[in-house]
Amino acid sequence: MSSPGSGTAELVEFEQNRTPLQRLQGVLHKYPYLSPLIVLVVAIVVFYLLNDRFLLPQNISFITQQTVVVGTLAIAQTIIILTAGIDLSIGAATTLAQMTMANLAVFVTASNVLPIAGQNPYVAIILGIGVGVLTGVINGFLIVRLNLPPFIVTLGTLSVFTALTLILFKARTIQAPEMPEVMKWLGNTIKIGDFSLLYGVILMLILYVIFGYIMKNTAWGTHVYAVGDDPVAAELSGISTKRVIFSVYVVAGLIVGIAGWLTIGRVGSASPNPDPLLNLDTITAVVIGGTSLFGGRGTLLGTLIGAFIITVVQNGLSLAGLDQAYRVLAIGLLVIAAVAIDQWIRKVKA
Amino acid sequence: MTTATSTVTPVMQGRNLVKTFGRVVGLDGADLDLFPGEVLAVVGDNGAGKSTLIKCFSGAHVPDSGEMTLNGNKITFRSTHEARGAGVETVFQTLAVSPALDIASNLYLGREVRKGGFMGTVFRTLDKKRMRQESAQHLKDLGISTLQNITQAVETLSGGQRQAVAVARCAAFGSQVIILDEPTAALGVNESARVLKMIQDLRDRGLSVILISHNMPQVFEVADRIHVARLGKRAAVVNPQSHSMNDVVAIMTGAMTVPVEEQQLTPVR
Repeated sequence: MSSPGSGTAELVEFEQNRTPLQRLQGVLHKYPYLSPLIVLVVAIVVFYLLNDRFLLPQNISFITQQTVVVGTLAIAQTIIILTAGIDLSIGAATTLAQMTMANLAVFVTASNVLPIAGQNPYVAIILGIGVGVLTGVINGFLIVRLNLPPFIVTLGTLSVFTALTLILFKARTIQAPEMPEVMKWLGNTIKIGDFSLLYGVILMLILYVIFGYIMKNTAWGTHVYAVGDDPVAAELSGISTKRVIFSVYVVAGLIVGIAGWLTIGRVGSASPNPDPLLNLDTITAVVIGGTSLFGGRGTLLGTLIGAFIITVVQNGLSLAGLDQAYRVLAIGLLVIAAVAIDQWIRKVKA
Repeated sequence: MTTATSTVTPVMQGRNLVKTFGRVVGLDGADLDLFPGEVLAVVGDNGAGKSTLIKCFSGAHVPDSGEMTLNGNKITFRSTHEARGAGVETVFQTLAVSPALDIASNLYLGREVRKGGFMGTVFRTLDKKRMRQESAQHLKDLGISTLQNITQAVETLSGGQRQAVAVARCAAFGSQVIILDEPTAALGVNESARVLKMIQDLRDRGLSVILISHNMPQVFEVADRIHVARLGKRAAVVNPQSHSMNDVVAIMTGAMTVPVEEQQLTPVR
């Protein structure tokens, strides 16, 4: 407290004299998606100046399509990281869900194990999404019931899910012509002039709106932030932290299942070998997007921006004629900068 | 001091409470009586069982054996949530506020208010406007009226301001008992004075307050009766008018025992 005044009125007062740097710190603290937004805008301007093909409608379409899978999975990763957890198994789980769908729709009819899924691809899709939810239930159970750290649990399930995919479905890629149209439905596009909008991108944006609403306007969303922020305080405030954390992994599993379907549409085929960078790209998107790895602070809007930063940098550098190694370098530097900014913002004082 | 049997029912009573943590004995047959509209200070050396005792009443611990009552009715709190439902609110030593959430969200944490109608029942939308307005009102009721921004994150507040938020949360929802665990431990002189003033205001509003503190001058300033804990038991309950700080310290350390007839086991108010 600054002035030795009198009266309870001064218990909550606010200091007015702040340096411009402290004011910036305060603004970034209040709007954590501002710094990634600035990075994204600067990157777009720079890449446009380097190569004016960067902003052609075809290229923008390409960037959105490149972002869709990482962007969707990053929703799940954000909610998990907000509870101070992490999901390293997210890519493997997506592949498991995706291969379940594709195999049920294509092969199981022949073996008559589950003919209804072969006759009706919607059943196959729903079962595949169910497998996604199941991966979340497994992760959540191990973390909450056995009290294991999320890093270790998902490091283990990363291998388990990858192995299960290969054991159950062999190492066989299912090609586009083999699969019913519904499986690939999210790969359709709406043409707006030269710009083509993937159905999957629309789905991703809808998911961002839905989860943005949930995180901001429901008690569950508030509890997710509270649990990640200070679990002891949350528990003493009457929140069942275990229930919240378990539900977070189950919800993440649902998104993983949807992302499995999305991947088939985006890629056009179902491959049992997951993109090795998928796990880390989702975490990168979350971190660049201003969400703290220590939990409790961050926004989904920031994550969406973060996911776009990854693809914009990748695409822009290749259009500028630079090697892929520079993309990796740039993303690495951005991650370190983002965490450094987060640490600085956390020290904010009014 | 006479020990005429009182006709006043204690708001909160504990009899023969036992709580062990593995081989460590936290409570070894402790008693507690809290009467309506009084400030009962609970003092004791480190490890005397003060925090364990109040945590039983706030629902953070479940005693192994013994009986607890609230307004004469037997109670068993399995969580802080249950205790709050019965009108018992606690400001924990750690404050139990969520730093990244704003003031209003913290006041309503764990008991959020949803909008009425379709949006509330189907989409489970929170009524943020109402929670903010009522939070501002609660803070104003406690005399913390210069709050400019109820949407400010708690981590941007000073220690005293956070304490005010934690106390305001209890005052807003506590209908029976408010328990404060070392509320002034981290505060400066001015801030401590304001918290003590708040405690007196709460008592004047008819609430019963349990205050745990190490700070003897503060205890003697606000307490109606002083409960001295020692070795997991209640060593004595004394009247601050009849006993000095030195007496209380002597009881705490076991250097002095007070005969039952000299204790203040009945209400003073």
